[in-house]
Amino acid sequence: MLGFLAFIPRAVAQGIPLLFGCTGEIVTEKSGNLNLGLPGVMYVGAISGVIGSFFYENSVGTGDVNTALAILIPLLCSMAGSLVMGLIYSFLVVTLRANQNVTGLAMTTFGVGFGNFFGGSLIKLYKADIPSISLSKTSACFRMQLPFADDLGVIGQLIFSYGFLAYTAIIIAIVVAYVLKKTRVGLNLRAVGENPATADAAGINVSKYKYISTCIGCVIAGLGGLYYVMDYACGIWSNDAFGDRGWLAIALVIFTLWKSDLGIFASILFGGLYILHLYIPTGMEHMELKELYKMIPYVVTMIVLIFTSMRNRREDQPPQSLGLNYFREER
Amino acid sequence: MNTKAQKEPLIHLTKRGAMPVYKAMIIRALAVVLALIVCAVITGLTTGIDPIAVYTSIISGAFGTARKTWITLQDVSILLTISLALTLAFRMRFWNIGGEGQVLMGGLGAAACMICIGDRLPAPVLILLMLISSLTLGALWGLIPAVCKAVWNTNETLSTLMMNYIATQIVLFFTILWEVPKGSGKIGIINQDSHAGWLPQIFGSKYLLPIIIATAITVFVYIYIKYTKHGYEIRVVGESPRTSIYVGINVKKVIIRTMIVSGAICGLVGLILVGGINHTLTATISDGRGFTAVLVSWMAQFNPFAMILTSFVIVFMDRGAGEIATQFDLNQSFGDILTGIILFFIIGCEFFINYQIRLRKKGHREA
Repeated sequence: MLGFLAFIPRAVAQGIPLLFGCTGEIVTEKSGNLNLGLPGVMYVGAISGVIGSFFYENSVGTGDVNTALAILIPLLCSMAGSLVMGLIYSFLVVTLRANQNVTGLAMTTFGVGFGNFFGGSLIKLYKADIPSISLSKTSACFRMQLPFADDLGVIGQLIFSYGFLAYTAIIIAIVVAYVLKKTRVGLNLRAVGENPATADAAGINVSKYKYISTCIGCVIAGLGGLYYVMDYACGIWSNDAFGDRGWLAIALVIFTLWKSDLGIFASILFGGLYILHLYIPTGMEHMELKELYKMIPYVVTMIVLIFTSMRNRREDQPPQSLGLNYFREER
Repeated sequence: MNTKAQKEPLIHLTKRGAMPVYKAMIIRALAVVLALIVCAVITGLTTGIDPIAVYTSIISGAFGTARKTWITLQDVSILLTISLALTLAFRMRFWNIGGEGQVLMGGLGAAACMICIGDRLPAPVLILLMLISSLTLGALWGLIPAVCKAVWNTNETLSTLMMNYIATQIVLFFTILWEVPKGSGKIGIINQDSHAGWLPQIFGSKYLLPIIIATAITVFVYIYIKYTKHGYEIRVVGESPRTSIYVGINVKKVIIRTMIVSGAICGLVGLILVGGINHTLTATISDGRGFTAVLVSWMAQFNPFAMILTSFVIVFMDRGAGEIATQFDLNQSFGDILTGIILFFIIGCEFFINYQIRLRKKGHREA
């Protein structure tokens, strides 16, 4: 039982970056843009925040950091970085009508390279005399818990023990679900994703919707990267540490059938599956089994994907125009 | 009703007819030049290194010595072969981005034969078995998404993507199962003493085999798509599924058959990587080339011969990046940034090839 209680907070911590990525990708995909650049965007979001706080911490030196600034600077840098990625993608795909898969994969190449390059050589480039990027002060601000978390015992540990970004992720997911389901903007956005020609005929500005939703999606996803570095990894950047979480987030989108409120639980489930192997006693002789446990999220996603296409229920399908670009004169 | 005078929009886009090839090539060349200039500016701003020096070291990284040139060519042929495999699927608008997983499974098939039965069989039989198991496993990894697409219309981009990671985990599982020594997490060089299952060297060069295979497959794919009945069916399914139903092509059969071929060729690459080049199996043996190949194939407009050029450009940048890393004490990933920027420009320039921009004429405002 104790092991299980320790397991939940770690599953949540694993799940939050996935939740950010998943919510962002849902917003993007609802407009019909399949952004396979998500892993790149999350890397850029992470490293932009790291660069911002790196300069801030260096300028402060050994003194104390201002909590508000230490949070705001990386947050804004991260959002700006992923916004630029979103703009690049939208410009290429919406304005120049480039192929979405190709653009997305190029973004992933670029973004992961960008993250690993600056993460690996930031210190060398700016001749700082520290051995590695370790933004412990900024991280401490990001990991600040609610003051009464410790007093509430088990419940406090389960529910109140996370940094503020974790709660932000859940709030964003709920807001996105509400906006998509209940508001006029959400309805228009879904119309754009399902059938842009019809949406266009109804007087919806298709390009505007695609641009804005892709950019918002990228900014949300970028926060996932920021959460990973600042909160989960305690402000320590190491290259490729973020791993394939970006792709896992895309898997999560399918798994949740494009519903971000479902994403909250699904991401924690996936986060749990991601680290499950640490908690299942395999013994030293059978270390190989843990790799099979890590396979579960992908297999489950594959099965969900196949089942939803088999049952062919309308509300479970991907947005109809997903992956296709819209050109008004081509009908 | 509408009192505001409707203005003609400032920019009007129309789809172009076919553009002469030389004109399209000029636009693409311009895009690459522009990309290189942007790369130079970014290099200068972020690292403070003279961009010209960076470019020269890229060239020396790819072609500095005979050995480097051979490795560059070998890498080109590997990337080219994967791109060709994917092209078969792309021509019927089946977005197979599962090259990574198909290559890995092919490699697993080869490695399994080398490890489990390597010492008991004569070399020709063993290599034949390796070939069969690589092709089968690669084809299987293409077959699963193809069947789902054909029968239930499952989104193939997403399913092939998932298959990649399932393959990665399967390979990791076997890596630990077969690790030598125990606990190292690596298989190490397989059959280092007996060389059982190592693909033969051709004319005394270990680099030549992938190059020959890539050449053969380039010609094969070109002929297969252009001059055979299968290829014709692929193209019709890609251009218009409704037409193909109308003319009596069995779309399901075409999708499944093509993906088996596509996966099998990827599996063959796995065999070359494990049996011919690395002589070991790791989960990163494909090194993202399954994804890069999508870009290569698309940039070449799915033309097998143009793919030689595009895969060369990508490998050239990648090999050069390694050189930059050592020479300027930078990080290997700098090459990815440059490649990414060049890709953005090439992707963007297709717009100017496919669409025509007409600006609003001055006199016609009050239409």
